[in-house]
Amino acid sequence: MAESGSPQMPKKPGSVHSNARTLLVAFAVCLVCSLLVASAAVLLKPIHLANQHIERQRIIVEIAGLMKPDLTVAQAYRQIDVAMIELSSGRAVDTLDPENFDIAKAAKDEQLSEPLPRSADPAQIRRKPRYLPVYRVNDDGGRLETLILPVYGYGLWSTLYGYIALRDDLRTIRGIRFYQHAETPGLGGEVDNPRWLDLWEGKIAFDEHGEPRIELVKGAVTSATPDSQHKVDGLSGATLTSRGVTQLLNFWLGREGFGPYLTRLRDESERR
Amino acid sequence: MADSVRKILFSPVVDNNPIILQVLGICSALAVTTQLSTAITMSIALTLVVACSSSVISLIRHHIRANIRIIVQMTVIASPVIVVDQFLRAFAYEISKELSVFVGLIITNCIVMGRAEAFAMKNPPWPSFLDGLGNGLGFSAILLTVGTIRELFGSGTLLGYTVLPLARDGGWYVPNGLLLLPSSAFFLIGLIIWAVRSWKKAQVEQAEYRIKAMRQSGETI
Repeated sequence: MAESGSPQMPKKPGSVHSNARTLLVAFAVCLVCSLLVASAAVLLKPIHLANQHIERQRIIVEIAGLMKPDLTVAQAYRQIDVAMIELSSGRAVDTLDPENFDIAKAAKDEQLSEPLPRSADPAQIRRKPRYLPVYRVNDDGGRLETLILPVYGYGLWSTLYGYIALRDDLRTIRGIRFYQHAETPGLGGEVDNPRWLDLWEGKIAFDEHGEPRIELVKGAVTSATPDSQHKVDGLSGATLTSRGVTQLLNFWLGREGFGPYLTRLRDESERR
Repeated sequence: MADSVRKILFSPVVDNNPIILQVLGICSALAVTTQLSTAITMSIALTLVVACSSSVISLIRHHIRANIRIIVQMTVIASPVIVVDQFLRAFAYEISKELSVFVGLIITNCIVMGRAEAFAMKNPPWPSFLDGLGNGLGFSAILLTVGTIRELFGSGTLLGYTVLPLARDGGWYVPNGLLLLPSSAFFLIGLIIWAVRSWKKAQVEQAEYRIKAMRQSGETI
């Protein structure tokens, strides 16, 4: 069944294997392939975006502890109160739609973000959005039970996007989760490891002066470790991803990040 | 014709299996077989890619000059891989997250390149399609076997449904944690190779060299 014309044996020069013909074939192959790939990417993009949207909602309800087996993500998500806040003042704004707010896009927008000087940019995000969505779970009396904040920053290869959930005292961590990153699978990619994520529950994200203090350290953190309430076991083999996670959490919980908003919330709860 | 179709299609399943005889495509066979569902998805994806790319490469084989053939093959292979990846992300989002980079890595899977170079460049489209499909089936057969064993005895489930109730959930089965680690796939593939070669002696390779027996000390050299 093998036909003549094995690839190693060029035919007469000037026919099939002239340089012009070779270039033409190469160009045609590239054109057809790129059309195929591009149309698949463009046509399927709305479905990809919808999937990512549901995935983010699922992560939010999971770290808020609202996910019950008999609920769908959309049903559980209804218990969440979303608001858009201005980072510098911590005030709620209602001019932006928090539900479809794209953080990555906002961080590139001149109007919606501001440049960060290198010295004030530990999370290496270069530009800081002026507004970000926050997710609240309130009890029946309208008192805050869980607060979920979006956080992001650079790891080793990629920007890690995720959420941190704080308990009603606004100091204790309920959980963290990342929904998008491209760290090395098996090393930095272990930020998705459920057993590692479980270690975060109950850690205290702030010191006694209200400054953010949470870090990933080498080696296991036991109750004998000094200040163990502020420390989480780092990811083995992923020093830079671990450092990135430490930096981004401290940045977003600090003055440049959600600090003003958290201060407002604390004042409010004291006044009650 | 019917005979030759059967031969091209089914000889890669046992007689000339890409994984257990040619020992290609091991990387993904280790990585995606902890669960049966990912193994099935990977099998379908690879079978589709190798059948499509082999047919297309065979169609244009007379127009590919020898010195650019590898890059043309890569381009033709990469396109369906990306399309498959996009489809998985759209319609099987959960599974695509578990397969993570391994769908993309089909591009560098030696089975796909190997069939393009060894078969599709020299044969007409229809046999090339069958050859691609057959090699995909051969890959799938091993992946599904390994995936079934690893999921059943590693987590006590099949396709996520509990078959062997685990001791930690009040059942009786204590799972074998080793089966969840990639190295266990090496052992399983090794055992499959052993079993198949005991059955089909033709697959046993001649030793390339033999290590001589060690001389006793005191003997002259």
